[in-house]
Amino acid sequence: MSRRSKSVPEVNAGSMADIAFLLLIFFLVATTMDVDTGLGRMLPPWMPDPIDNQDDKIKERNIFVVLINSQDRLLVENEWGDVRTLKKRAKEFIANPGNKENLPEKNMEEVPYFGQYPVSKQIISLQNDRSTSYNMYTIVQNELVAAYNELREELAMQKFGMPFDKLPEDQKKAVQTIYPQRISEAEPKNIGGNK
Amino acid sequence: MAKFTRKGKGGSPGISTASLPDIIFMLLFFFMVTTVMREVELKIFVKTPDATEIKKLEKKSLVSYIYIGKPRNKMFGDEPRIQLNDQFAKVSDIQNFIIAERKARNEAEIPFLTTSLKVDQETKMGIVTDIKLELRKINALKINYSTRKRIKEL
Repeated sequence: MSRRSKSVPEVNAGSMADIAFLLLIFFLVATTMDVDTGLGRMLPPWMPDPIDNQDDKIKERNIFVVLINSQDRLLVENEWGDVRTLKKRAKEFIANPGNKENLPEKNMEEVPYFGQYPVSKQIISLQNDRSTSYNMYTIVQNELVAAYNELREELAMQKFGMPFDKLPEDQKKAVQTIYPQRISEAEPKNIGGNK
Repeated sequence: MAKFTRKGKGGSPGISTASLPDIIFMLLFFFMVTTVMREVELKIFVKTPDATEIKKLEKKSLVSYIYIGKPRNKMFGDEPRIQLNDQFAKVSDIQNFIIAERKARNEAEIPFLTTSLKVDQETKMGIVTDIKLELRKINALKINYSTRKRIKEL
């Protein structure tokens, strides 16, 4: 009689924690937290036989040549260069604020939000040796991308008073039209001579 | 007859562990949601270089990975090797790898496929250039040099 009056015994939930722990530990082990990040690039399309005359059409003043040799040293526009000053030089080249003769020409273009705006015909050419270290190569790429990003940032602040990241999509496009990212990754040359 | 007698009414009662499963479940769900399963077992050392101008790789399902680095096993020598999926590969295998990756995806997604190059920082550019050339031949032009965020100044 006394047994009957008792309520149904509760299911023992003590082992529930163990089961949950087991699953938790599995997911802890299987988790990789790192987010994949990197420098995004577009490769030029493959041409079976490159047309040599095309290079001649681009004027010397419009190209910013960066060479990296097998000892990881830089040659920027035919002089020894340094990674620390590379960004500054690239920025000056891309924007050409003083409209100098030896820096890229500008072309008046209709850009939304800006109206007629002089857009420079800049191209950065990055060439490397087969023995250049990958580390150096990414450092240089990073500096060149940083130059573009900083110029875009400055323009966005000056025109819209907002950082580039926060701009709406069409205003971003306009800023990108003014400073298009043109980094050409040419085929490597054996500058050092050794394979 | 032996009777169970409750003795010792005094003393502090034990802490209820009834809510422990709930707490554990909460943690469990957190890890379940954030988990990305390791897709390959690396047979090479890859320590990617640092950079500041990095972008996050979005849509992981649209990314195929190419790994380059020194083999972990000394048996395979010291020269940097290419790893595709779970095995070592040659430069000539890249095109087939990309074709296989494309077949696994929807046709509409193919233009958005990105190839992520996870290359050890001590690798020489020669092998990377060969891969870039192969990628250009097969028209997989969207690439991403995998880098970590740089913390200290250059």
